[in-house]
Amino acid sequence: MAVADYFPLPAKYLPRALQPAPNRHLAADGSPLHGLLAEFDTAPGVYHAAEHVRDAGFTAWDLHSPFPLHGVEDAMGFKRTKLPIAVGVIALTGAGLGYLMQWWMSAVAYRLPVQGKPFGAWEPFTPITFEIGVLSAAFTALIGMLALNGLPRFHHPLYKHEHFLASSDDKFFIYIETRDPKFDRAAVQKLFEQSGAARIDEVTEG
Amino acid sequence: MSSIHPDKVIAEQLAGIGSVPAADPGDDGSLIDDPAVRAPLVLNNRSFGDVTNIVCGYAENPPGKWWLPTLLLAAATAGIGMAMIGYLLITGVGVWGLNNQVNWAWDITNFVFWIGIGHAGTLISAILCLFKQKWRTAVNRSAEAMTIFAVMCAGIFPAIHVGRIWFIWMVFPVPNANAIWPNFRSPLLWDVFAVSTYATVSFLFWYMGMIPDLATLRDRADRRLRRSRALGEALRIPDMVRAYVFGLLSLGWRFSSRHWHRYEVAYLILAGISTPLVLSVHSIVSFDFATSVVPGWHTTIFPPYFVAGAIFGGFAMVLLLLIPARELFANFKDFLTLRHLENMAKILLVTGMMVGFAYGMEFFIAWYSASEPELYVFLFNRAIPDWLHPDGAPYWWAYWSMIFCNVVSPQVFWWKRNRRDPRVIWAVALLVTIGMWFERFVIIVTSLHRAWLPAEWHMFFPTPVDILTFAGSCGIFLTLFLLFLRFLPVFPIAEVKAVLPQASPHHHGHEAHNNHNEEHGTPGGQSAGGHAPPRHHPDTPGGGH
Repeated sequence: MAVADYFPLPAKYLPRALQPAPNRHLAADGSPLHGLLAEFDTAPGVYHAAEHVRDAGFTAWDLHSPFPLHGVEDAMGFKRTKLPIAVGVIALTGAGLGYLMQWWMSAVAYRLPVQGKPFGAWEPFTPITFEIGVLSAAFTALIGMLALNGLPRFHHPLYKHEHFLASSDDKFFIYIETRDPKFDRAAVQKLFEQSGAARIDEVTEG
Repeated sequence: MSSIHPDKVIAEQLAGIGSVPAADPGDDGSLIDDPAVRAPLVLNNRSFGDVTNIVCGYAENPPGKWWLPTLLLAAATAGIGMAMIGYLLITGVGVWGLNNQVNWAWDITNFVFWIGIGHAGTLISAILCLFKQKWRTAVNRSAEAMTIFAVMCAGIFPAIHVGRIWFIWMVFPVPNANAIWPNFRSPLLWDVFAVSTYATVSFLFWYMGMIPDLATLRDRADRRLRRSRALGEALRIPDMVRAYVFGLLSLGWRFSSRHWHRYEVAYLILAGISTPLVLSVHSIVSFDFATSVVPGWHTTIFPPYFVAGAIFGGFAMVLLLLIPARELFANFKDFLTLRHLENMAKILLVTGMMVGFAYGMEFFIAWYSASEPELYVFLFNRAIPDWLHPDGAPYWWAYWSMIFCNVVSPQVFWWKRNRRDPRVIWAVALLVTIGMWFERFVIIVTSLHRAWLPAEWHMFFPTPVDILTFAGSCGIFLTLFLLFLRFLPVFPIAEVKAVLPQASPHHHGHEAHNNHNEEHGTPGGQSAGGHAPPRHHPDTPGGGH
């Protein structure tokens, strides 16, 4: 995911070396091509088409479905996300900081005698330590998921096509981007046709 | 391009076109007793498009004549409640019926009542998700919404009961000029953290689950706007609002499988952490009582007993709200089937028996502990009526209402006929809701009104402010729930689609066959129904490999 996708304006002013490579692929109307979009009618259809695309060795491609397709990780051949590790680390950090906060406030900063118990006893700190750990985990799960997905992102070339809106209803799509090193206009078209695509569209940039 | 506005199509669909009335109203086809046959989770062979149209239709079309008057009534009640809270804040907690002996009464009763109701949503979302109970899709969204609204109602009471409301910020560890910090040994402070964490995590869970469905609403509004533009019609303002608001809230979700993958992992993590969370929250609420030395409160059974009671009361509230919704919204019954209701009736029976066991065990321990004040509380503050014994409980009716509502009434669910009759389930759910309120009242008021020194004994009588504040909290809850039913996706659209049979990538229905041009050893085939393996189909273009 290129930075330029999120910040299209500043990318223009970057040094030439950092600017994204110019797009060699052109759509039928001559404008720069962002990718090719194939539409499928059924879940098994798109699932098997994804297996073809995976086997053809594409990397910059995606499958859009109205609901999470069961087993799509295998059909697309991508690895399990590292999100759980981030959540675990931040949850433990949060819990540790929460414990430290309670200990410092009770045993160092404001030693309030309660029932003659030791100021730094760990037992009464357990519930709040747990709650802060859970709170950190929950925020990390949501924000981490969005960050890894590159969201929020309020525009995408795909949405230029009205029929792509059916991806949230009952249609399935496979999209191969031109930035894929293996992208070849004619070969991708043929791959889609062979996989049983119901319709194929060019998606232009911008 | 068709000139028929898509809204019109949906309106026709909602009017019942394409809906199949059940031949036998007592059995909608979901009540299959054969364990070898999976009961359908969605009835009438709905397609993906049907699911989108029906669920989005609820959020896009006026819901019927009943909605506005009900909303106005609920909002008026909420307004009265707000006025009572305002009166309390400018006058003091003396406007309630509290006295020197009973210094917690309806306020904390209402708090525990609402927070208990707030537990069903996360239970359904988290625990049923971990156990892979697919029927949760019928109720999880509305139960999660209910959770958030109930926790909001719950949060009001501890905040306003403190008396000097301008010191409420001191429950948070905020640096201050006096250099003092909260007392982390107090269960009341644990409660602050538990309830605020619970409210936050429940909200994140609810919101995250809604992101794809909000994107669906966004896309539909967007499509209508595009069609109107193409036809040169005026743009409809509601759709412009939807496109902007849902567009912002759905964060640009574009249904990418790479996104879905991380989304599902994140959802599972949230379910995994919410499960201990939901158990911890009501345990901590019960610590408010259990860590004290008041007879009737100081018991180790409280945490599991409170958690079971919360699930019990929460499911009752889910049923109380959704059974009418099932009748009032067209096609609602396709998603919330009789089997779903039966499952929930069984949960009511089980958790009702659990709280019944706890009620009995409290008596046993009171006797077995040989603690005289403890046994006195159970016998003479609660169970034995004052017309049977001179020392008997003036609040006997509260105790026995609780027993009748919570222990006796769910017993009707031993009979299959009752478990499958929405009217019976609704009546029991109503009784359970009342009973769970009485449970908290019994725990709090009957323990306090006669503790330790007889010279201090005092009855509690609610004032109109007490009653109207509670009614107001019900109004707030109902107002929010009605707004939710009207404007947000009531069912998890994406999740419902995912449990439809045609959602399986290995589904081999008639239409699916046309796209099968490959015989592939795919892992984890779901179709246990003995379908024939996929074969090369002669009709498909270019099936060569």
